[in-house]
Amino acid sequence: MINRNEILQTIDMIDQQHLDIRTVTMGISLLDCADEDIGRCCVKIYDKISKKAEKLVSVCSEIEHEFGIPIVNKRVSVTPAALVAAACRASSFVSLAEAMDKASGTVGVNFIGGFSALVHKGFTDADRKLIASIPEALALTSRVCSSVNVATTRAGINMDAVRLMGETVVSAAKATASSGGMACAKLVTFANAVEDNPFMAGAFHGTGEPECVINVGVSGPGVVHHALLACKGEPFDVVAETIKKTAFRVTRMGQLVAREASRRLGVPFGVVDLSLAPTPDIGDSVADILEEMGLESVGGHGTTAALALLNDAVKKGGVMASGHVGGLSGAFIPVSEDAGMIRAARSGALCIDKLEAMTCVCSVGLDMIAVPGDTPASTIAAIIADEAAIGVINSKTTAVRIIPAPGMDVGETVNFGGLLGSAPVMPVHKLSADAFVARGGRIPAPLGSLRN
Amino acid sequence: MRAIVTVIGKDRVGIIADVCGLLAKNGVNVLDISQTVMREYFTMIMLVDISGCLLDFSALSDLLRSGGEAAELSVRIQREDIFEAMHRI
Repeated sequence: MINRNEILQTIDMIDQQHLDIRTVTMGISLLDCADEDIGRCCVKIYDKISKKAEKLVSVCSEIEHEFGIPIVNKRVSVTPAALVAAACRASSFVSLAEAMDKASGTVGVNFIGGFSALVHKGFTDADRKLIASIPEALALTSRVCSSVNVATTRAGINMDAVRLMGETVVSAAKATASSGGMACAKLVTFANAVEDNPFMAGAFHGTGEPECVINVGVSGPGVVHHALLACKGEPFDVVAETIKKTAFRVTRMGQLVAREASRRLGVPFGVVDLSLAPTPDIGDSVADILEEMGLESVGGHGTTAALALLNDAVKKGGVMASGHVGGLSGAFIPVSEDAGMIRAARSGALCIDKLEAMTCVCSVGLDMIAVPGDTPASTIAAIIADEAAIGVINSKTTAVRIIPAPGMDVGETVNFGGLLGSAPVMPVHKLSADAFVARGGRIPAPLGSLRN
Repeated sequence: MRAIVTVIGKDRVGIIADVCGLLAKNGVNVLDISQTVMREYFTMIMLVDISGCLLDFSALSDLLRSGGEAAELSVRIQREDIFEAMHRI
């Protein structure tokens, strides 16, 4: 029998340290929903999602009850909508987003990802129509999330797409000005996007994926933080070892839930995503872990090294705990969703430049960052380009989810509520990138050798 | 199927009797009990077999929780697998 301390430790992790399964995400292929007529396409999409994910929420709730572990989010990801809609003759794809929204409401999930396009090397006509539909689609729906992949290590960076995404982010903010630019919180611009990510807003069901799949995202920054409290002043070897062991335990829980969900739903298990994902709750912060390592505040010198250690140790611990690891797998640092990051941004300790440096060593990128509402589209495009360059050169996923908060300036805070939290508006450089972004074209794929 | 019942609360007379009574009434067989009192707090961990349980898992879990709350105890039941998964390779 498991000994009493182990049982009490597990219960303490769940009760006191916010251990939970962050998301069970069902990936559904919509490729067979293609139709010339967008109305028919919408009906097929609605029907397919409603049928496939019919039992997702009830099965997750059973698992929560039986194992006593909370499953915070149940979500659906679908084939990038630009691929499904390519056959449609319509000029706008907004109604597809509405069909996705309606279906996600019917099955009871809180987000659905996949209003997406993959344009790292160029645009199809459907890609252009989809991107043009993003601001309105995200303004009219509440659960739909959108992502656009603008770069890969193999293809380089599509700078036309980068420019377009800068403009799209600004339009999305304007379209939802009354809710603080909420649409931007549901819009991710990727480099090296992954096909099996269970986390929103960047989840979509890639073309290499099966008909239907279950991917699980674990969490547990609070558990890692708590474990580190026991190694004050110890060398980093001990810190790394402690994080590894903790990540192993957390991931085993994810693997168990993934296996059960997959079995009960009769859907194959895809991956466990090892990410440490914070929530705005006190005690569920990645920033707290970095500060526990000895930093006065996240954002100070040493932050990048601390995050590198954390990210690597989480992966090392998690990999052995799961049969298949995938998704984004690393530490997330969404500013608005992490109490410690919010604190540091508000005090001025954390700036966008440091966040950019941090993204070189962790997943996933500049995430949930509010900037002044009058930030030009070209500046946002340049921020996206910088982040994409980090991803492309380092062969990793990077992303930008940035909110030019309408009518707001540095020092103010935009509130999204719930898991999306609240973001202090952070300053951006005022220097112009207009001419840089206006060039367009493609930045070529990087060399794979001579790596310095 | 085996599950772990944990009972945590302020120590008083009859906690074990109350919880065991509730389990017995619903056809749950107790396989092992470990119990201690730390700083006035009573902690009991029971390994139980729920194969013969008359209720489904969710109903049993709700019953134990509400029964516990009425007696100012935190009572929960979880499938054994979660602890195995977390602490055993």
